Amino acid sequence: MPIDFLPVFLMVAVVVVLSVFILTLSRLIRPNNPYPEKNRPYECGVDHVGEASAGLFKVQYFVIAILFVVFDVETMFLFPWAVVLQDMGMFGYIEMLVFIVLLLVGFAYAWIKGALEWVS
Amino acid sequence: MDLTVIKSSVLASGPEIIVILGACVALMLSLVPRPGQGRLLAGLSLLMIALAAMMSLSLGQYPQTAYAGMFVVDSFSTYLKMLLYLGTALTILMSTSYLTAENVAKGEYYVLLLFALSGAMIMVSGTDLLIIYIGIELQALSIYVLVGFLTTNTRSNEAALKYVILGAFSSGLLLFGLSLFYGLTGTTQLDVMSEVLDVADTSSPLLALATMFLLAGLLFKVGAVPFHMWVPDIYEGAPSPVTGFMSTVGKIAAFAVVLRVLMLDLVVLDPIWRNSLIVVTVLTLGTGSLAALVQTNIKRMLAYSSIAHAGFLMLGLLAGGSDGIASVCLYLLVFTVMNLGVFAVIILLNRGADQGEPIEAFTGLARSHPGLALITMIFLLSLAGIPPTGGFFAKFYVLVALIEANHVVLAVIAVLFSAVSAWFYLRIIMLMYMGETDHPAKVQITSSMGLALIVTLIGTVLTGVLPAWFLSVAQAATEGGLG
Repeated sequence: MPIDFLPVFLMVAVVVVLSVFILTLSRLIRPNNPYPEKNRPYECGVDHVGEASAGLFKVQYFVIAILFVVFDVETMFLFPWAVVLQDMGMFGYIEMLVFIVLLLVGFAYAWIKGALEWVS
Repeated sequence: MDLTVIKSSVLASGPEIIVILGACVALMLSLVPRPGQGRLLAGLSLLMIALAAMMSLSLGQYPQTAYAGMFVVDSFSTYLKMLLYLGTALTILMSTSYLTAENVAKGEYYVLLLFALSGAMIMVSGTDLLIIYIGIELQALSIYVLVGFLTTNTRSNEAALKYVILGAFSSGLLLFGLSLFYGLTGTTQLDVMSEVLDVADTSSPLLALATMFLLAGLLFKVGAVPFHMWVPDIYEGAPSPVTGFMSTVGKIAAFAVVLRVLMLDLVVLDPIWRNSLIVVTVLTLGTGSLAALVQTNIKRMLAYSSIAHAGFLMLGLLAGGSDGIASVCLYLLVFTVMNLGVFAVIILLNRGADQGEPIEAFTGLARSHPGLALITMIFLLSLAGIPPTGGFFAKFYVLVALIEANHVVLAVIAVLFSAVSAWFYLRIIMLMYMGETDHPAKVQITSSMGLALIVTLIGTVLTGVLPAWFLSVAQAATEGGLG
């Protein structure tokens, strides 16, 4: 029922209020001193060479980002699984094992293919 | 859950596990390039499909649910899985020579085909909206990559990008519908959901909204008008075997979900979607048949033709009941063999993906290769729905079911559009037999390609000669599904 979702809406409200508060507060108390280097987009410590849409950019960024997301999502599944593992027993344990083994197959593939090598 | 339940669940999903294991092994093997690797991986994939098919056949006799009711093995899912195996196996047989010719013979191709197959199998067997969604995503993600497999071909890249964007969009629609259903019924499991909906008020606007989102998401996958815009572009850009795979295996899986969700489990929603589906069906038949008339690329033409066939399949849905579902099941079988047959010919006539696939490639085929031209003619006549081929009976049984359900006007419209669509199939036959050209096609039929042609030819002819037997098989499958 709608009332059950009250905590969700409260959460949304808190997030909005808090972020507005922090941004306003820092705007008021911080010194304002922009200079060119500071305004440059940050690109993982590599000198930026222009717009991404204007030319070629290293595909390795993309590959590493994708691999990061895969394992990020894996952790996202691992935490709730760990919380309810006691109730799920053997079945839950085996299920997660299968999941991780399948991920490892993909990881081994990516590794052997050289997706983790940084060619500069 | 105790060990016996786990065991029976694993056993019930055995075919899926075999296919996924096969894909993982093939993925590892593809890392060590060696001469003849393509043949090895193709053979391994075919072996895995054969094993899975045998397991499915033996499991099909014991209907059961597994994984706490999220997964089902019944005669309906077994029948459709057999079609999926057939479609994938034929695609693999056709691919080997094409990949070598296009210089993209990589092992990952077979791995992705197997993953797409397992996704489609999960779609067919899933009885939980989340499981079905996972199946759809697994199948779609694999096909996105397969569409862009010609990495140096811009059309292939463009098609892959378009497909990813539109696929993600349609998945969003579908997922939104699913989340509304979950919010309304408190479950994602189809049988529980149908119990809740039985007592629910079907005139509630929220339920109508949820149904519409679900329907739109599914129609996107099926390629029905007005959600058909992606079909021609992606069919044209994708490598030809992949186009054949998408148009058959992808369509079977999508219709399996539509049948399972709308016809078998959530029949209660029928009054909500019926009128809009009638409009969509007529538009699909019309657009598919008329737009195909002006195409000059054979794959684009077949894309519109497959839209028109999707319209016919949706007529089976509208007819409803066990007759309607059985006619859809039979139609899917016939469509698989005849469509893949035409794609086998297209692959044989391929002069390089950069050249495109102009209809003129068929010109004068009867003079240089009379046998091949005859086979092609049978496939095209079947697609047009001319007796005594399987395509005629597929359409015939859909129309019979439609008339028995008192939709005479729809049946008349369908016949009219079917007559229109006969023209563009006959145009190719005319080109083959009456066209004059200085450069008739020179083709070399490899043994695997020959096997694919023979299987599709036998399938097309046999369904035309023994339609009653195939219909009884489809009816038995439907009865099992209705349980």
